[in-house]
Amino acid sequence: MANYLLIESRDPYATHEVRHDFHLACNLAKAGNKTTLFLVQNGVIPTRKNAISSGLLHALDNGVEILCDEFSLRERGIPVDTIMPGINIAPIDTIIDHMVDGSKVLWL
Amino acid sequence: MSDNKTLTFSIMDGPFEQARTVTVMRLLNVAARRGYNINIFAYEGAVSLPFARQSKHPNAVHGRDIEEEDHPLPKDWIASLIKSTAANGGQLDWINCGLCVDERGMQESIEGVRRGTPGDLWKWACESDNTLIIGTR
Repeated sequence: MANYLLIESRDPYATHEVRHDFHLACNLAKAGNKTTLFLVQNGVIPTRKNAISSGLLHALDNGVEILCDEFSLRERGIPVDTIMPGINIAPIDTIIDHMVDGSKVLWL
Repeated sequence: MSDNKTLTFSIMDGPFEQARTVTVMRLLNVAARRGYNINIFAYEGAVSLPFARQSKHPNAVHGRDIEEEDHPLPKDWIASLIKSTAANGGQLDWINCGLCVDERGMQESIEGVRRGTPGDLWKWACESDNTLIIGTR
C-alpha cells in the first residue's frame, strides 16, 4: 500500500468538486493506503467547529489524517482553537516532507 | 547543506491572479532553505512569472507612491529563490515552455530562466525524487 498526500486548496462551499476529492481520500484510506489530506488556502474554511461539512467528517471517520495550513488559517482570521477535534495544524513544510519521503503527492 | 534531493514542480497559473502562486512560492522557499535541487517547469500563464519587464506601480486609490506601495513582483521572488537555493547548496533550474512563451510574447525573462518543452518535464519527472503538478482550477 502507498502513502498519499492530497492537497485541497478549494472551499467545499464554493465548488462541489471538493466533495469528490473528500470521497477520493476516503476511498484511498479504505483501500488500506496511508492517506493525508492537507488543507491550504480556502481549503481550510470547513475546518471550524461550527462548520457543517459532512465530507470532511466522513474522511476523518474513515481514517484520513487531516492537516490544516497554519498560515492559511491566520490569513483568514480563523483561530487555531476554533478548529474541530481530529484536525491538526501543520506548516507548509509538511508537503515537502512528504515529497522527500516518496509519498504520492497530488494537488487536487 | 544539500542532501542532494531533487524535487520537480510544474506550475500553470499566471502572476497576480491566484493564491496558488503564493502557495507555490512558499513551497519552493522551504525546498530552497533545505538546499534541495529544484526543477520548475512553467507552462501556460506561468511563463509570465519570471517576465523581466514586470514593474512596480503607485496606488492612486490609496494615495501611495511607488516606494510606499512596494508592490511585490513574482520575478523578484524567483530571483530570490534562485539565490537562496544556491546559497544553501542546491540548484534551481527554471524552464519556461517555449510554445507558451511565444504565444504570449514573454521572451524576456530574468537571468536563470531558460526555455524548453514538455519533454523536459518528463525527463525531470523520471530523474527526480518526486514531482508535484499544480494545474489551474
